[in-house]
Amino acid sequence: MSRYFTDEHEWIDVEGEIATIGITDYAQEQLGDIVFVELPAEGATFDKGDDAAVVESVKAASDVYAPISGEVVETNGALEDEPALVNSDAEEDGWFFKLRVTDASELEGLMNEAAYKKFVASL
Amino acid sequence: MTGKEDVATIEEELPPGTLPLDAWHRARGARMVVFANYHMPIQYEGIMAEHSWTREHAGLFDVSHMGQLSFSGEGVDEALEQLLPSDIKGLKPFRQRYSMLLDEEGGILDDLMVSRLDGGAFDGADIYMVVNGATKYDDMGWMIEHLPDEVTMNHMDEQALLALQGPEAGDALATLIPETAGLYFMQSGPFTWRGVPLWISRSGYTGEDGFEISIPADNAELLADALAALPQVKPIGLGARDSLRLEAGLPLYGHDLDPRVSAIGADLGFAIQKRRREEGGFFGHARVMKELADGPGSRRVGLRVDGRLPAREGAPIFAGDVMVGEVTSGGFAPTLGAPIAMGWVSLPHSALGTALEVEVRGKRIVATVAPMPFVPHRYRRQKSA
Repeated sequence: MSRYFTDEHEWIDVEGEIATIGITDYAQEQLGDIVFVELPAEGATFDKGDDAAVVESVKAASDVYAPISGEVVETNGALEDEPALVNSDAEEDGWFFKLRVTDASELEGLMNEAAYKKFVASL
Repeated sequence: MTGKEDVATIEEELPPGTLPLDAWHRARGARMVVFANYHMPIQYEGIMAEHSWTREHAGLFDVSHMGQLSFSGEGVDEALEQLLPSDIKGLKPFRQRYSMLLDEEGGILDDLMVSRLDGGAFDGADIYMVVNGATKYDDMGWMIEHLPDEVTMNHMDEQALLALQGPEAGDALATLIPETAGLYFMQSGPFTWRGVPLWISRSGYTGEDGFEISIPADNAELLADALAALPQVKPIGLGARDSLRLEAGLPLYGHDLDPRVSAIGADLGFAIQKRRREEGGFFGHARVMKELADGPGSRRVGLRVDGRLPAREGAPIFAGDVMVGEVTSGGFAPTLGAPIAMGWVSLPHSALGTALEVEVRGKRIVATVAPMPFVPHRYRRQKSA
């Protein structure tokens, strides 16, 4: 399994043709206390860059973009009852949704963990 | 003297300013944002934690961006009564009142606190006023334009303003200044701490008991340090200030109030005392009387929003297919664990208990007109004998 990162602060775990997507610990830290996560419907299809989810913090609403194209095969129902999971465990249990990847070549050019850390440090 | 437009123009050209406690906030790890054209702390450890801390203990807020004004001179009460719809002549020394600046058509230019001094504090001025930070230069321009020459207005930008809010604020402040224990809600007075002159009022913007403390800017860090060192006190950012005041049902100027809306529609009629209603003689009196008689076109109401998705400022409010209003403040209420909102709704749809809908990202959510405050006020009021 490989983990990729975007400059929009999403992480993507790819296993076969399934990608699990969430926001990074840096992103949750920036957003602050998360009170609601609006997840996409299962079966929805996204092109890379489409609005896929919305994170509501106490402060404001923020869009989460589909980092790659694909079809939603599963969403994290635990976030409905406990949106704060994104704060406490952004990069594991606080995942958002899983996509069936339509074009794996879109993963090229995304950052690995070391590159993402460097990117965050530069902000 | 410069007129209103000149002052406004100067303000727009200025880059964001820094307040006396800027370095103090940064040293405590605050995340800074620009608000009212100042760098200000939005949060320290997190809005939810800071919000809860203030509801349970005591929060220290830096509100030095607000405009602190003093007024003196022959006929100052009469002059201010033309600009404010509240009873100024009947305002006793050390008493404070909530009021508004109204324009000729009764639109709200700002909301504010006004209090009578004792003849000693602030160079012997008669009246002390605290206005919103984002509007202070416009307010000053408006007042300069409309006050007679005999009345002097002084912008005390050398003063910082700290707020200490929460159920433990009284005990906390009394450990530094025991005499403050004698203050009740909306009372104020001069105090001295380590030789520094303070003007303290028992009031605030959270719905909790608490104080606002005016202090010379040079001494603000010293007092902030002393307060923050108390076990009951933590510094709190603007983020929690907003969620606290929303739960308390208190309007935020520029969002819930603006020049298009009226005092009666805003449910602020309590600030217009009986004598003023009867006698008039203030800007906007005609509109106030008309709306008291016929009702305002729309009203500021509280809304309880179903589910967990917050409806924020700008969300349209519907009764069936008809848009009947708009959310002007909205968010998640940490104390209630649910979304709440404040908005303006046309009069026929504004009764308590009316089930309306708000639209968020194309989705309709049930929102019910609810009494405010959403979380009960816990002011320390003087029991009437």
